[in-house]
Amino acid sequence: MGAVFRREVRSYFTSPIGYIFITAFFAYSGIMFSINSLAGGYAKLDSMFYSLLTIMIVLIPILTMRTIAEEKRTRTDQCLLTAPVSLGGIVLGKFFAAFVVYAAAVSITLVMAVVVSVYGQPDWNVIVGNIVALLLAGGAFIAVGIFCSSLTENQVVAAVMSFIALIAASFMSVIGGLIPAVQEGKWYTDIIGGIKTAFNKLSFSERYYDFTFGIFNFSNVVFFISAAAAFLFLTVRVLEKRRWS
Amino acid sequence: MIEVIDLSKHYGDKKAVNNISFKAEDGEVLGFLGPNGAGKSTTMNILTGYISCTSGKALIDGVDILEDPIKAKRSIGYLPEIPPLYTDMTVKEYLYFIYDLKKCKLPKISHLQDICSLVKIDHVYNRLIKNLSKGYRQRVGLAQALVGNPSVLILDEPTVGLDPKQIIEIRSLIKKLGKNHTVILSSHILSEVQAVCDRIVVINEGKVVANDTEENLSHKLTGDNKFLCRIDAGKDMNDDVMRMVKSIDGVDRAFCDAEHKNGIFDIRIEAKEGCEIRYELFEKTAKNGWTMLELKSAEMNLEDIFLRLTMGGSIPDAAAEENEEAIG
Repeated sequence: MGAVFRREVRSYFTSPIGYIFITAFFAYSGIMFSINSLAGGYAKLDSMFYSLLTIMIVLIPILTMRTIAEEKRTRTDQCLLTAPVSLGGIVLGKFFAAFVVYAAAVSITLVMAVVVSVYGQPDWNVIVGNIVALLLAGGAFIAVGIFCSSLTENQVVAAVMSFIALIAASFMSVIGGLIPAVQEGKWYTDIIGGIKTAFNKLSFSERYYDFTFGIFNFSNVVFFISAAAAFLFLTVRVLEKRRWS
Repeated sequence: MIEVIDLSKHYGDKKAVNNISFKAEDGEVLGFLGPNGAGKSTTMNILTGYISCTSGKALIDGVDILEDPIKAKRSIGYLPEIPPLYTDMTVKEYLYFIYDLKKCKLPKISHLQDICSLVKIDHVYNRLIKNLSKGYRQRVGLAQALVGNPSVLILDEPTVGLDPKQIIEIRSLIKKLGKNHTVILSSHILSEVQAVCDRIVVINEGKVVANDTEENLSHKLTGDNKFLCRIDAGKDMNDDVMRMVKSIDGVDRAFCDAEHKNGIFDIRIEAKEGCEIRYELFEKTAKNGWTMLELKSAEMNLEDIFLRLTMGGSIPDAAAEENEEAIG
């Protein structure tokens, strides 16, 4: 796992992807910070954190698109899969490498917090909670991206697939909201209600926004960690299946 | 040691590898020969754990690649058809990565230096792989397989893309490696297999059609008792010549292979086991006033063997079929 991790981190910075990702993240968060906090003289960062989810949906597919798809295209996966390492180790190495690059991008929010603290009295608990939320949600997003990358040999297809998957995962609550309300007392009332609840509970955005409102709900932490674990597990299965097909 | 037992791989209805078995002993270089699409690479991919087999077993040093893949893979060095190189790395970085990936215990710097001087890539050590020529990439691929000093080397067409001088170097390197490694090498290049391998497995349409040393294969297909003879019979006819040949004691079968202008005939003769017919053949030719232009053993070279085997011939009957075909 260590070798794969080190190689991946290196490759993010020998290709433009790492720089593009971090620059775009800095730029977007910087603009949001200026508009929401600096221009308005607002000593909180919640609205900036709130808006960061959108850029994650756009940028994380770029970060993860090549992870496995490129290996398959250039046949370098032969080197990894015939080496004495487990598939889990390979996938985790790739995951943590992407996560480190992502965390480097997220670190800019600390600078913003310091800037705000010079002019006002921000609630550090909320800020730390928000940064943790950003990291957790990002981890889950990266896992989804790596999973999509394992399904194809084409980076662009992988990026588009993870973009769509991330939109769907983030805005499931919106889909849930489109289901019309039904009359009380019908036999299907509970079923429809259950579906709506399921959509809301599985929505990445609902879980993430809770943090920006200052609510540190432990179940949300567990949700993001399990989502990441589930998609990484699925990625391992996809690689395994390819060997068996 | 590599042991393959009843190995099969099916892709849907297509049987890419169909029930093959063979064995490569320690310190043996095994040549894996077959036309395109015969199942060579598939077999190699199964042996290295890249893909799984549908049925059967592959044992690397006694360890089943499916049951304990990590342990089995530790003793394998694999050079696939397309060397698995990360082109954005330098040779040094790449080999360091492979070293870490294989979790080697040998002293890192000196071990990698040894490999580099062995495959002669020391002077490109700090260059980006994407800037290297195909020949050098192939060598880096070979270096990658050698990292960790694995007991089994599986090389899929190792000399593709090399210039003639490099080919000779790599071949002698493989021969050298074969002394203390088990090597399986696949190739379409017959002279390569001939030059390097102790034993040859010929595979066609997913099946092993021959598994022996080159001399034995050649012997089994043609034997010591077959000759090609060219006689200038002047004005005499084909029938006369054939009658003479068949009258010799010990001739089992004889066929006229070709009839040239001016009464020159090519005759294929098969003698009975242990009979020496050449003296009598020569004397009788002279007695008839004819001239023997050529008399040679009809031994096949590897190219003939390969073609014969992959065009549907098999070892025991090949000799008989050969003559039938020659006549037809």
